Amino acid sequence: MSELRYTSDHEWIRVDGDVATVGISAFAQEQLGDVVFVELPDIGKKLAKGAEAATVESVKAASEVYAPVGGEVVEVNGALVDDPALVNGDPTGEGWFIKLRLSNPSELDGLMDEAGYKAFVAARG
Amino acid sequence: MDAARDNSLRRTPLHGLHEELGARMVPFAGWSMPVQYPTGIIAEHNHTRSGVSLFDVSHMGQVSLRGGDAAAALERLVPGDIMGLAPGRMRYTQLTNEAGGIIDDLMVTRAGDHLSLVINASRSDVDLAHLRARLPGVEVEVRDHALLALQGPAAAAALARLAPGAAALGFMSAASFDLDGCPATVTRSGYTGEDGFEISVPAAGAERIARALLAVEGVRPAGLGARDSLRLEAGLCLYGNDIDETTTPVEAGLAWTIGKRRRAGGGFAGADTILRQLAEGAPRRLAGLLPEGRAPARAHAEIRDSSGSPVGTVTSGGFGPTAGGPVAMGYVAGAAAEPGTALAIMVRDRAVPARVTRLPFVPHRYVKKT
Repeated sequence: MSELRYTSDHEWIRVDGDVATVGISAFAQEQLGDVVFVELPDIGKKLAKGAEAATVESVKAASEVYAPVGGEVVEVNGALVDDPALVNGDPTGEGWFIKLRLSNPSELDGLMDEAGYKAFVAARG
Repeated sequence: MDAARDNSLRRTPLHGLHEELGARMVPFAGWSMPVQYPTGIIAEHNHTRSGVSLFDVSHMGQVSLRGGDAAAALERLVPGDIMGLAPGRMRYTQLTNEAGGIIDDLMVTRAGDHLSLVINASRSDVDLAHLRARLPGVEVEVRDHALLALQGPAAAAALARLAPGAAALGFMSAASFDLDGCPATVTRSGYTGEDGFEISVPAAGAERIARALLAVEGVRPAGLGARDSLRLEAGLCLYGNDIDETTTPVEAGLAWTIGKRRRAGGGFAGADTILRQLAEGAPRRLAGLLPEGRAPARAHAEIRDSSGSPVGTVTSGGFGPTAGGPVAMGYVAGAAAEPGTALAIMVRDRAVPARVTRLPFVPHRYVKKT
Protein backbone atom coordinates (compact mmCIF):
# COMPACT_ATOMS: atom_id res chain seq x y z
CA MET A 1 0.00 0.00 0.00
CA SER A 2 1.66 3.25 -1.10
CA GLU A 3 -1.17 5.73 -1.43
CA LEU A 4 -1.19 8.83 0.77
CA ARG A 5 -3.71 9.32 3.53
CA TYR A 6 -4.29 12.65 5.22
CA THR A 7 -5.26 14.14 8.57
CA SER A 8 -7.42 17.22 9.14
CA ASP A 9 -4.20 18.89 10.44
CA HIS A 10 -2.71 18.52 6.94
CA GLU A 11 -0.22 15.75 7.62
CA TRP A 12 0.12 12.92 5.13
CA ILE A 13 1.12 9.33 5.84
CA ARG A 14 2.30 6.61 3.47
CA VAL A 15 2.36 3.04 4.82
CA ASP A 16 4.85 0.41 3.70
CA GLY A 17 4.45 -2.79 5.71
CA ASP A 18 4.48 -1.88 9.42
CA VAL A 19 6.43 1.37 8.86
CA ALA A 20 4.81 4.63 7.74
CA THR A 21 6.38 7.81 6.40
CA VAL A 22 4.89 11.13 7.60
CA GLY A 23 5.07 14.66 6.21
CA ILE A 24 2.94 17.75 5.64
CA SER A 25 0.70 18.25 2.62
CA ALA A 26 1.36 20.43 -0.40
CA PHE A 27 -1.50 22.64 0.81
CA ALA A 28 0.10 22.95 4.26
CA GLN A 29 3.51 23.98 2.93
CA GLU A 30 1.87 26.51 0.63
CA GLN A 31 -0.04 28.00 3.56
CA LEU A 32 3.11 28.12 5.69
CA GLY A 33 5.26 29.75 3.03
CA ASP A 34 9.05 29.48 2.99
CA VAL A 35 10.10 26.93 5.62
CA VAL A 36 13.24 28.03 7.46
CA PHE A 37 13.52 25.57 10.36
CA VAL A 38 12.48 22.02 11.16
CA GLU A 39 12.86 20.31 14.53
CA LEU A 40 12.61 16.52 14.48
CA PRO A 41 11.98 14.05 17.33
CA ASP A 42 14.56 11.64 18.70
CA ILE A 43 14.67 8.19 17.16
CA GLY A 44 12.99 5.72 19.48
CA LYS A 45 10.45 8.23 20.74
CA LYS A 46 6.99 6.73 21.12
CA LEU A 47 4.19 8.94 19.88
CA ALA A 48 0.49 8.55 20.51
CA LYS A 49 -1.91 9.41 17.69
CA GLY A 50 -2.22 13.21 17.60
CA ALA A 51 0.94 13.83 19.68
CA GLU A 52 3.39 16.56 18.66
CA ALA A 53 5.91 14.87 16.40
CA ALA A 54 7.92 17.77 14.95
CA THR A 55 8.01 21.54 14.64
CA VAL A 56 8.10 23.41 11.36
CA GLU A 57 8.75 27.13 11.13
CA SER A 58 8.22 29.43 8.19
CA VAL A 59 9.39 33.02 7.96
CA LYS A 60 6.14 34.09 9.61
CA ALA A 61 5.26 31.46 12.19
CA ALA A 62 5.91 28.19 13.98
CA SER A 63 3.59 25.16 13.62
CA GLU A 64 3.48 21.68 15.07
CA VAL A 65 3.40 18.48 13.05
CA TYR A 66 1.25 15.83 14.75
CA ALA A 67 1.52 12.06 14.50
CA PRO A 68 -1.34 10.90 12.22
CA VAL A 69 -1.29 7.54 14.03
CA GLY A 70 0.54 6.15 17.04
CA GLY A 71 3.96 4.55 16.73
CA GLU A 72 7.67 4.60 17.44
CA VAL A 73 9.99 6.94 15.55
CA VAL A 74 12.40 4.70 13.61
CA GLU A 75 13.91 7.29 11.26
CA VAL A 76 13.94 11.08 10.80
CA ASN A 77 14.76 13.09 7.67
CA GLY A 78 18.02 14.75 8.74
CA ALA A 79 18.27 16.48 5.35
CA LEU A 80 15.51 18.87 6.49
CA VAL A 81 17.73 20.27 9.24
CA ASP A 82 20.25 21.62 6.73
CA ASP A 83 17.77 22.29 3.93
CA PRO A 84 14.32 23.09 5.39
CA ALA A 85 13.18 24.35 1.96
CA LEU A 86 12.83 20.68 0.89
CA VAL A 87 9.45 20.85 2.63
CA ASN A 88 8.35 23.51 0.12
CA GLY A 89 10.00 21.97 -2.91
CA ASP A 90 8.83 18.37 -2.49
CA PRO A 91 6.42 18.09 0.44
CA THR A 92 5.25 14.53 -0.22
CA GLY A 93 8.64 13.24 -1.39
CA GLU A 94 12.07 14.46 -0.24
CA GLY A 95 10.39 16.74 2.27
CA TRP A 96 9.20 13.88 4.53
CA PHE A 97 9.65 14.32 8.27
CA ILE A 98 9.65 10.99 10.12
CA LYS A 99 9.10 7.24 9.78
CA LEU A 100 6.96 5.50 12.39
CA ARG A 101 6.61 1.83 13.27
CA LEU A 102 2.86 1.60 13.70
CA SER A 103 1.55 0.62 17.10
CA ASN A 104 -2.06 0.23 16.02
CA PRO A 105 -2.63 0.03 12.23
CA SER A 106 -6.41 0.29 12.72
CA GLU A 107 -5.88 3.99 13.51
CA LEU A 108 -5.28 4.47 9.79
CA ASP A 109 -8.96 3.84 9.13
CA GLY A 110 -10.08 7.29 10.22
CA LEU A 111 -7.79 9.16 7.81
CA MET A 112 -8.82 10.76 4.53
CA ASP A 113 -7.79 9.47 1.13
CA GLU A 114 -6.56 11.84 -1.59
CA ALA A 115 -10.05 12.66 -2.88
CA GLY A 116 -11.44 13.15 0.61
CA TYR A 117 -8.59 15.47 1.57
CA LYS A 118 -8.97 17.47 -1.62
CA ALA A 119 -12.64 18.03 -0.81
CA PHE A 120 -11.73 18.90 2.80
CA VAL A 121 -9.26 21.57 1.66
CA ALA A 122 -11.68 22.97 -0.92
CA ALA A 123 -14.39 23.29 1.73
CA ARG A 124 -12.11 25.35 3.97
CA GLY A 125 -12.12 28.41 1.72
CA MET B 1 -12.53 34.20 6.69
CA ASP B 2 -10.45 34.91 3.60
CA ALA B 3 -9.06 38.43 4.08
CA ALA B 4 -9.53 39.19 0.39
CA ARG B 5 -13.31 38.80 0.78
CA ASP B 6 -13.79 40.02 4.34
CA ASN B 7 -15.93 43.12 3.94
CA SER B 8 -15.16 44.35 7.44
CA LEU B 9 -11.57 45.00 6.32
CA ARG B 10 -10.56 48.18 4.53
CA ARG B 11 -9.07 47.84 1.08
CA THR B 12 -6.35 49.90 -0.51
CA PRO B 13 -6.77 51.24 -4.06
CA LEU B 14 -4.46 48.39 -5.19
CA HIS B 15 -6.60 45.54 -3.79
CA GLY B 16 -7.68 44.35 -7.24
CA LEU B 17 -4.11 44.48 -8.50
CA HIS B 18 -2.89 42.40 -5.56
CA GLU B 19 -5.47 39.71 -6.31
CA GLU B 20 -4.56 39.78 -9.98
CA LEU B 21 -0.90 39.27 -9.01
CA GLY B 22 -1.83 36.24 -6.89
CA ALA B 23 -1.14 37.82 -3.50
CA ARG B 24 -2.17 36.13 -0.30
CA MET B 25 -4.26 38.72 1.50
CA VAL B 26 -4.24 38.87 5.29
CA PRO B 27 -5.91 41.13 7.85
CA PHE B 28 -3.48 43.75 9.15
CA ALA B 29 -4.51 46.64 11.41
CA GLY B 30 -8.04 46.53 9.99
CA TRP B 31 -6.90 46.34 6.37
CA SER B 32 -6.79 43.53 3.83
CA MET B 33 -3.12 43.55 2.84
CA PRO B 34 -0.83 41.35 0.73
CA VAL B 35 1.52 39.34 2.99
CA GLN B 36 3.23 37.75 0.01
CA TYR B 37 2.94 37.06 -3.71
CA PRO B 38 3.44 33.62 -5.29
CA THR B 39 7.25 34.05 -5.28
CA GLY B 40 7.26 33.91 -1.46
CA ILE B 41 8.69 36.04 1.32
CA ILE B 42 12.34 34.98 1.00
CA ALA B 43 12.47 35.62 -2.76
CA GLU B 44 10.76 39.00 -2.25
CA HIS B 45 13.16 39.86 0.57
CA ASN B 46 16.22 38.91 -1.49
CA HIS B 47 14.99 40.76 -4.55
CA THR B 48 14.62 43.92 -2.45
CA ARG B 49 18.23 43.60 -1.27
CA SER B 50 19.60 42.96 -4.78
CA GLY B 51 17.16 44.76 -7.11
CA VAL B 52 13.96 46.69 -6.52
CA SER B 53 10.54 45.82 -5.09
CA LEU B 54 7.22 47.64 -5.00
CA PHE B 55 5.27 47.53 -1.73
CA ASP B 56 1.73 48.79 -1.15
CA VAL B 57 1.82 50.60 2.18
CA SER B 58 -1.42 52.52 1.67
CA HIS B 59 -2.66 51.33 5.06
CA MET B 60 -0.29 53.85 6.63
CA GLY B 61 -2.08 57.01 7.73
CA GLN B 62 -1.27 60.24 5.91
CA VAL B 63 -2.10 63.41 7.78
CA SER B 64 -1.45 67.06 7.06
CA LEU B 65 -1.09 69.78 9.68
CA ARG B 66 -1.86 73.34 8.60
CA GLY B 67 -2.22 76.72 10.20
CA GLY B 68 -1.27 78.10 13.56
CA ASP B 69 2.39 77.49 13.99
CA ALA B 70 2.10 73.79 13.27
CA ALA B 71 5.82 73.08 13.68
CA ALA B 72 6.10 74.80 17.06
CA ALA B 73 2.86 73.16 18.21
CA LEU B 74 3.94 69.67 17.11
CA GLU B 75 7.24 70.08 18.97
CA ARG B 76 5.28 69.92 22.22
CA LEU B 77 4.24 66.36 21.30
CA VAL B 78 7.47 64.95 19.81
CA PRO B 79 11.15 65.06 20.83
CA GLY B 80 12.30 65.58 17.23
CA ASP B 81 13.45 68.92 15.79
CA ILE B 82 10.51 70.01 13.65
CA MET B 83 11.07 73.78 13.65
CA GLY B 84 14.54 73.18 12.22
CA LEU B 85 13.14 71.12 9.35
CA ALA B 86 13.90 72.89 6.06
CA PRO B 87 11.27 72.89 3.29
CA GLY B 88 11.33 69.58 1.42
CA ARG B 89 13.08 67.75 4.26
CA MET B 90 11.70 64.95 6.42
CA ARG B 91 12.49 63.51 9.82
CA TYR B 92 11.67 60.42 11.87
CA THR B 93 10.31 61.09 15.36
CA GLN B 94 7.82 59.80 17.95
CA LEU B 95 4.64 61.06 19.56
CA THR B 96 5.40 60.67 23.27
CA ASN B 97 3.16 60.54 26.32
CA GLU B 98 3.75 62.29 29.63
CA ALA B 99 5.66 59.28 30.98
CA GLY B 100 8.03 59.31 28.00
CA GLY B 101 6.36 56.28 26.37
CA ILE B 102 5.77 56.18 22.62
CA ILE B 103 2.20 56.76 21.37
CA ASP B 104 3.37 56.21 17.79
CA ASP B 105 6.43 56.65 15.61
CA LEU B 106 6.09 58.75 12.50
CA MET B 107 7.68 60.58 9.60
CA VAL B 108 7.27 64.36 9.44
CA THR B 109 7.92 66.27 6.20
CA ARG B 110 7.89 70.04 5.81
CA ALA B 111 5.93 70.40 2.58
CA GLY B 112 5.67 74.06 1.60
CA ASP B 113 2.76 75.49 3.58
CA HIS B 114 2.06 72.46 5.77
CA LEU B 115 3.55 69.51 7.62
CA SER B 116 2.91 66.08 6.19
CA LEU B 117 2.85 63.10 8.59
CA VAL B 118 2.96 59.37 7.92
CA ILE B 119 1.64 57.38 10.89
CA ASN B 120 1.01 53.70 11.63
CA ALA B 121 -2.32 52.21 10.52
CA SER B 122 -2.76 50.49 13.88
CA ARG B 123 -2.40 53.83 15.70
CA SER B 124 -4.18 56.24 13.39
CA ASP B 125 -7.34 56.59 15.52
CA VAL B 126 -5.29 57.15 18.68
CA ASP B 127 -2.93 59.55 16.90
CA LEU B 128 -5.69 61.64 15.34
CA ALA B 129 -7.50 62.04 18.65
CA HIS B 130 -4.21 63.00 20.29
CA LEU B 131 -3.25 65.50 17.59
CA ARG B 132 -6.70 67.11 17.50
CA ALA B 133 -6.82 67.46 21.28
CA ARG B 134 -3.30 68.79 21.64
CA LEU B 135 -2.90 71.03 18.61
CA PRO B 136 -5.48 73.79 19.05
CA GLY B 137 -5.53 76.15 16.10
CA VAL B 138 -3.90 73.60 13.83
CA GLU B 139 -6.01 71.97 11.13
CA VAL B 140 -5.48 68.19 11.25
CA GLU B 141 -6.57 66.62 7.98
CA VAL B 142 -6.45 62.96 6.92
CA ARG B 143 -5.37 62.65 3.32
CA ASP B 144 -7.04 59.84 1.42
CA HIS B 145 -3.92 59.04 -0.58
CA ALA B 146 -2.29 55.75 -1.46
CA LEU B 147 1.33 55.16 -0.45
CA LEU B 148 3.70 53.02 -2.49
CA ALA B 149 7.21 52.08 -1.40
CA LEU B 150 9.79 51.40 -4.10
CA GLN B 151 12.76 49.86 -2.31
CA GLY B 152 16.14 48.43 -3.24
CA PRO B 153 19.47 49.37 -4.81
CA ALA B 154 17.83 49.59 -8.25
CA ALA B 155 14.95 51.79 -7.02
CA ALA B 156 16.45 55.10 -8.20
CA ALA B 157 17.06 53.83 -11.72
CA ALA B 158 13.55 52.35 -11.85
CA LEU B 159 11.80 55.50 -10.64
CA ALA B 160 13.91 57.63 -13.01
CA ARG B 161 12.16 55.88 -15.89
CA LEU B 162 8.93 57.62 -14.82
CA ALA B 163 10.40 60.73 -13.20
CA PRO B 164 13.94 61.49 -14.40
CA GLY B 165 14.48 64.00 -11.58
CA ALA B 166 13.69 61.57 -8.76
CA ALA B 167 17.16 60.00 -8.73
CA ALA B 168 18.63 63.38 -7.69
CA LEU B 169 16.52 63.48 -4.51
CA GLY B 170 18.62 63.37 -1.33
CA PHE B 171 18.06 60.96 1.55
CA MET B 172 15.11 62.03 3.74
CA SER B 173 14.05 64.67 1.19
CA ALA B 174 10.71 65.16 -0.54
CA ALA B 175 9.65 66.61 -3.89
CA SER B 176 6.63 66.61 -6.19
CA PHE B 177 6.71 64.81 -9.52
CA ASP B 178 4.36 63.99 -12.31
CA LEU B 179 4.30 60.19 -12.55
CA ASP B 180 2.66 58.96 -15.73
CA GLY B 181 0.25 61.89 -15.61
CA CYS B 182 -0.49 61.66 -11.88
CA PRO B 183 0.71 64.21 -9.33
CA ALA B 184 2.84 62.46 -6.69
CA THR B 185 4.84 63.45 -3.62
CA VAL B 186 8.00 61.39 -3.50
CA THR B 187 10.30 61.04 -0.49
CA ARG B 188 13.65 59.26 -0.45
CA SER B 189 12.97 57.05 2.52
CA GLY B 190 11.76 53.61 3.46
CA TYR B 191 11.61 50.78 5.96
CA THR B 192 13.97 48.19 4.50
CA GLY B 193 17.47 49.53 5.17
CA GLU B 194 17.94 49.91 1.41
CA ASP B 195 17.87 52.98 -0.80
CA GLY B 196 14.35 53.72 -1.95
CA PHE B 197 11.34 55.97 -2.18
CA GLU B 198 7.88 56.34 -0.74
CA ILE B 199 5.37 57.69 -3.21
CA SER B 200 2.16 59.37 -2.06
CA VAL B 201 -0.51 59.59 -4.75
CA PRO B 202 -4.23 60.37 -4.91
CA ALA B 203 -6.14 57.08 -4.60
CA ALA B 204 -7.49 57.41 -8.14
CA GLY B 205 -4.00 57.37 -9.67
CA ALA B 206 -2.48 54.65 -7.48
CA GLU B 207 -3.15 51.64 -9.67
CA ARG B 208 -1.98 53.44 -12.80
CA ILE B 209 1.35 54.34 -11.14
CA ALA B 210 1.77 50.88 -9.59
CA ARG B 211 1.26 49.25 -12.98
CA ALA B 212 3.68 51.69 -14.61
CA LEU B 213 6.33 50.89 -11.99
CA LEU B 214 5.76 47.12 -12.25
CA ALA B 215 6.20 47.46 -16.01
CA VAL B 216 9.76 48.74 -15.49
CA GLU B 217 12.18 45.88 -15.98
CA GLY B 218 13.29 44.36 -12.67
CA VAL B 219 10.50 45.81 -10.49
CA ARG B 220 8.58 43.07 -8.67
CA PRO B 221 5.83 43.23 -6.07
CA ALA B 222 6.67 42.43 -2.43
CA GLY B 223 4.33 42.03 0.53
CA LEU B 224 4.20 42.79 4.22
CA GLY B 225 6.06 39.55 5.05
CA ALA B 226 9.21 40.72 3.28
CA ARG B 227 8.72 44.24 4.62
CA ASP B 228 8.86 42.78 8.14
CA SER B 229 11.97 40.62 7.60
CA LEU B 230 13.72 43.53 5.83
CA ARG B 231 12.99 46.02 8.62
CA LEU B 232 14.00 43.51 11.29
CA GLU B 233 17.39 42.93 9.67
CA ALA B 234 17.73 46.72 9.37
CA GLY B 235 17.08 47.01 13.13
CA LEU B 236 14.06 49.26 12.57
CA CYS B 237 11.37 49.27 15.25
CA LEU B 238 7.85 48.01 14.59
CA TYR B 239 5.16 49.80 16.60
CA GLY B 240 3.29 47.37 18.85
CA ASN B 241 6.25 44.96 18.90
CA ASP B 242 9.41 46.89 19.70
CA ILE B 243 7.92 50.17 20.86
CA ASP B 244 4.69 51.10 22.60
CA GLU B 245 3.34 53.39 25.31
CA THR B 246 5.54 51.69 27.94
CA THR B 247 8.87 52.06 26.10
CA THR B 248 10.79 55.31 25.80
CA PRO B 249 12.76 56.49 22.75
CA VAL B 250 15.99 56.15 24.77
CA GLU B 251 15.23 52.54 25.72
CA ALA B 252 14.37 51.81 22.09
CA GLY B 253 17.73 53.05 20.84
CA LEU B 254 16.15 56.11 19.24
CA ALA B 255 18.20 58.75 21.08
CA TRP B 256 19.72 59.66 17.69
CA THR B 257 16.34 61.10 16.68
CA ILE B 258 16.53 63.74 19.45
CA GLY B 259 18.65 66.69 18.35
CA LYS B 260 20.81 69.04 20.39
CA ARG B 261 18.25 71.84 20.60
CA ARG B 262 15.50 69.55 21.90
CA ARG B 263 17.86 67.97 24.45
CA ALA B 264 18.80 71.40 25.74
CA GLY B 265 15.33 72.93 25.69
CA GLY B 266 12.99 70.05 26.44
CA GLY B 267 9.38 71.20 26.22
CA PHE B 268 7.90 67.97 24.83
CA ALA B 269 5.67 65.34 26.40
CA GLY B 270 7.67 63.02 28.60
CA ALA B 271 10.76 65.26 28.51
CA ASP B 272 11.49 64.75 32.23
CA THR B 273 11.94 61.00 31.80
CA ILE B 274 13.51 61.11 28.36
CA LEU B 275 16.07 63.80 29.19
CA ARG B 276 16.97 62.03 32.45
CA GLN B 277 17.50 58.75 30.56
CA LEU B 278 19.63 60.57 27.98
CA ALA B 279 21.83 61.87 30.78
CA GLU B 280 21.92 58.82 33.06
CA GLY B 281 21.12 55.93 30.77
CA ALA B 282 17.96 53.84 30.59
CA PRO B 283 17.25 50.87 32.88
CA ARG B 284 16.81 48.63 29.82
CA ARG B 285 17.72 48.89 26.17
CA LEU B 286 16.57 47.37 22.91
CA ALA B 287 19.34 44.97 21.94
CA GLY B 288 20.11 42.98 18.83
CA LEU B 289 20.37 39.25 19.53
CA LEU B 290 21.91 36.53 17.36
CA PRO B 291 20.59 33.12 18.46
CA GLU B 292 22.86 30.13 17.83
CA GLY B 293 21.69 27.48 15.41
CA ARG B 294 18.71 27.80 13.10
CA ALA B 295 15.67 27.92 15.36
CA PRO B 296 14.00 31.34 15.12
CA ALA B 297 13.35 33.07 18.46
CA ARG B 298 10.10 35.01 18.20
CA ALA B 299 8.36 37.86 19.98
CA HIS B 300 7.50 37.27 23.68
CA ALA B 301 10.30 34.71 24.20
CA GLU B 302 12.08 35.20 27.51
CA ILE B 303 15.71 36.35 27.52
CA ARG B 304 17.95 35.01 30.31
CA ASP B 305 21.48 35.80 31.45
CA SER B 306 24.26 33.24 31.85
CA SER B 307 23.03 32.34 35.34
CA GLY B 308 19.53 31.61 34.04
CA SER B 309 17.86 34.72 35.48
CA PRO B 310 15.32 36.52 33.30
CA VAL B 311 16.76 39.79 31.92
CA GLY B 312 14.26 40.66 29.21
CA THR B 313 11.87 39.70 26.44
CA VAL B 314 12.17 39.34 22.67
CA THR B 315 10.01 41.94 20.91
CA SER B 316 10.71 40.96 17.27
CA GLY B 317 12.39 37.85 15.99
CA GLY B 318 12.52 35.55 13.03
CA PHE B 319 14.60 34.27 10.18
CA GLY B 320 16.78 36.84 8.44
CA PRO B 321 17.25 35.76 4.82
CA THR B 322 20.19 38.15 4.28
CA ALA B 323 21.66 37.48 7.73
CA GLY B 324 21.37 33.79 6.84
CA GLY B 325 19.86 32.73 10.15
CA PRO B 326 17.71 33.75 13.06
CA VAL B 327 17.81 37.36 14.28
CA ALA B 328 15.95 38.96 17.16
CA MET B 329 15.55 42.20 19.06
CA GLY B 330 14.44 42.57 22.62
CA TYR B 331 14.62 44.69 25.74
CA VAL B 332 17.48 43.70 28.00
CA ALA B 333 18.20 45.11 31.45
CA GLY B 334 21.27 47.22 32.21
CA ALA B 335 24.72 45.86 31.50
CA ALA B 336 23.36 42.74 29.79
CA ALA B 337 22.55 44.92 26.77
CA GLU B 338 26.27 45.46 25.98
CA PRO B 339 27.29 44.02 22.60
CA GLY B 340 29.11 40.73 22.99
CA THR B 341 27.21 39.65 26.12
CA ALA B 342 26.34 35.95 26.11
CA LEU B 343 22.63 35.46 26.88
CA ALA B 344 20.04 32.79 26.16
CA ILE B 345 16.55 32.90 24.68
CA MET B 346 13.89 30.40 25.72
CA VAL B 347 12.58 28.69 22.58
CA ARG B 348 10.03 25.94 23.28
CA ASP B 349 11.35 25.49 26.86
CA ARG B 350 14.97 25.23 25.72
CA ALA B 351 17.62 27.85 26.42
CA VAL B 352 19.13 28.75 23.04
CA PRO B 353 22.45 30.62 23.44
CA ALA B 354 22.29 34.11 21.92
CA ARG B 355 24.87 36.88 21.69
CA VAL B 356 24.06 40.59 21.99
CA THR B 357 25.10 42.37 18.81
CA ARG B 358 24.97 45.92 17.49
CA LEU B 359 22.00 46.82 15.32
CA PRO B 360 21.42 46.71 12.42
CA PHE B 361 22.02 43.05 11.52
CA VAL B 362 22.42 44.06 7.87
CA PRO B 363 24.14 47.42 7.21
CA HIS B 364 21.94 50.24 5.93
CA ARG B 365 22.61 51.24 2.35
CA TYR B 366 20.80 54.55 2.18
CA VAL B 367 21.79 57.00 -0.54
CA LYS B 368 24.67 59.13 0.74
CA LYS B 369 23.62 62.51 -0.57
CA THR B 370 21.25 64.57 1.54
